[in-house]
Amino acid sequence: MHSSVGHSLILALPLVIVAGFFLLSILERRRLGSLAPVSFWRRNGIAVSTYLVVAVGLWAVIMIVLPQLYMIDLSLRPKLPPAQTSGPKDVYTLENYRYFLYGSTTSTANWNTLHIKAFFLTIGASVTVTLLNFAICYPLAFYMAQVSPKARVRLFMLLLITPYWVNEVLRAFAFRVLLGSQGAINTLLLKTGLIDQPIDFLGLDVGLYAGLAYAYLLMMMFSLYNAIESLDRNQIEAARDLGAPWWYIHWSVVMPHAKPGIASGATLVFMLNAGALAAPLVLGGPRTLWFTPIVYDRFYQAFNWQQGAAYAFILLLACVVFVLLVLRLFKLGLGEIAR
Amino acid sequence: MSSRVLIKLSTWLYIGLFFLYLFGPLAVMGVTAFNDSSYPQVYPFQGFTLKWFGGLFSDADIMYGLRNSLWIGLLVVLVSVPVGLAGAIMMTQVYARARSFYYLIVVSPVLTPGVIIGISTVIFWREMTGATGTRFLYDGTLMTVVAQASFISAYTMLIFLARLQRFDRAQEEAALDLGASHPQVFLHILLPFMRPAILSASALAFLSSFENYNTTTFSILADKTLTTVLAGRVRQGTTPAISALAVVIIAVTLAIAVIYELAKRREDRAREARLRRVQQEEDRQLAGNPAVAAN
Repeated sequence: MHSSVGHSLILALPLVIVAGFFLLSILERRRLGSLAPVSFWRRNGIAVSTYLVVAVGLWAVIMIVLPQLYMIDLSLRPKLPPAQTSGPKDVYTLENYRYFLYGSTTSTANWNTLHIKAFFLTIGASVTVTLLNFAICYPLAFYMAQVSPKARVRLFMLLLITPYWVNEVLRAFAFRVLLGSQGAINTLLLKTGLIDQPIDFLGLDVGLYAGLAYAYLLMMMFSLYNAIESLDRNQIEAARDLGAPWWYIHWSVVMPHAKPGIASGATLVFMLNAGALAAPLVLGGPRTLWFTPIVYDRFYQAFNWQQGAAYAFILLLACVVFVLLVLRLFKLGLGEIAR
Repeated sequence: MSSRVLIKLSTWLYIGLFFLYLFGPLAVMGVTAFNDSSYPQVYPFQGFTLKWFGGLFSDADIMYGLRNSLWIGLLVVLVSVPVGLAGAIMMTQVYARARSFYYLIVVSPVLTPGVIIGISTVIFWREMTGATGTRFLYDGTLMTVVAQASFISAYTMLIFLARLQRFDRAQEEAALDLGASHPQVFLHILLPFMRPAILSASALAFLSSFENYNTTTFSILADKTLTTVLAGRVRQGTTPAISALAVVIIAVTLAIAVIYELAKRREDRAREARLRRVQQEEDRQLAGNPAVAAN
């Protein structure tokens, strides 16, 4: 199929959706008859209605939907010299995805192990970091939400928010200062005589994982805190009075209640990790291959935007699959986690 | 030792370790900014110096990046606050059957990795401006504002939604019954009610924009913001000058965060005081009313 077809389809799609919204509202009004609420235009007045429709329309169509569709579209097109773009050779193809799998746009003889490995390493490490974050945050979230006095919670909140506003690049840099071969920890270990050679924390990727676990910790913390905080303390007391051991109370009272918070924390932390760029660039060892720097290089080193778009879409798909898996695992709807 | 003491002790040990993990790295980095040693080190402390700070203000790249970051942050606030507000109001009015679809679309930027938002925005604008002959719109700063605003608007929308859930629509109807026009209701009833949320959303939007790296690094093209200049420096090498810059950035962000927090607390106290006065007034009137007093 020639690629010019795609663009007209893409541009038509938002129009269809917007038209669908209007159609739905007309049908709904007809169905309700005299029971229908005041119409949107009458309820808000012309000026405010126009502001609402224009602002939401521009945001949803120009800023959210169209860019994503254009990215997918570009990922399905071949890289051509500018003169041939939208010429007869500009037809839809899977060659950019083939490149990800086989390292070549034509042959399928060898696997592209470098990129595939980086992809699965990124996904695996992000899952690990997410679990780790949950383990680190859960006790404090529970303590703040159920045990500690209100005044202390305020103080803790302030303390927690503070490092969150420090830029991602700087948070990664702080770990480099800490863990570099001349860094604070190596200096300390050398001086105390525990080791006689500096340990290459960065080369061993200790720095990367510590930095990643650090970077998005608070997303998990706030999600968990908000969820646990809404649990009625009497439920815990009741379970305790009935003789449940502490671990069982957490497993069958607190965690089920906090399920939406756990799910939203997990999806946020996973997504932020899988898409992290600063920490791998600053803390990754020479042999570490994180997926996002590879995507970046497709764009601004190889200047192959078609391939870059394909790689970005693969990453996006991985995140979507993860969100769906979490939803399935926790038996939740999307509305329950994204708030 | 009794088990109760043991539990208490381990709780505090855990909390201590947690905050050590949270602040330790930043504290170490902060100290290295004042150490007179060419590699950022805490020990040996070779003498207190401010020389790493001195270089920052004469650094053309850093100053240019800072100016650009401030502009972008301001523009992002100007876009994402009205858009987020519209998105939230729309959410409360859209038909129930369409709501989950609408929600999926406008919340999706929160669940999309930042790099992908940057990439897709750049691709879209490149194709769009190429096709319509508006190449001048393919501009790093402009695209950064658009790309950042696309997900920051979703953040602000969530703040507005939380506030809107407490809005009593009877206020709106009372105003309309008393002859107010729709724009008047919006300006004099809804907006004042949303004021605290608008302030928090603006602060959040500005800070999110200012510290953003993932989206910006793709959308900024050849231009610079403070964060991308910083990332470039960090990749070039590890020097105390970066620590000094970090200290400055942290100090500025903290100042904004503290002012914002203080303002919020003052607002909270004022509201509580107002509620108390209303309650007292009501009690007084009820006490003076024989029909109620008889009950």
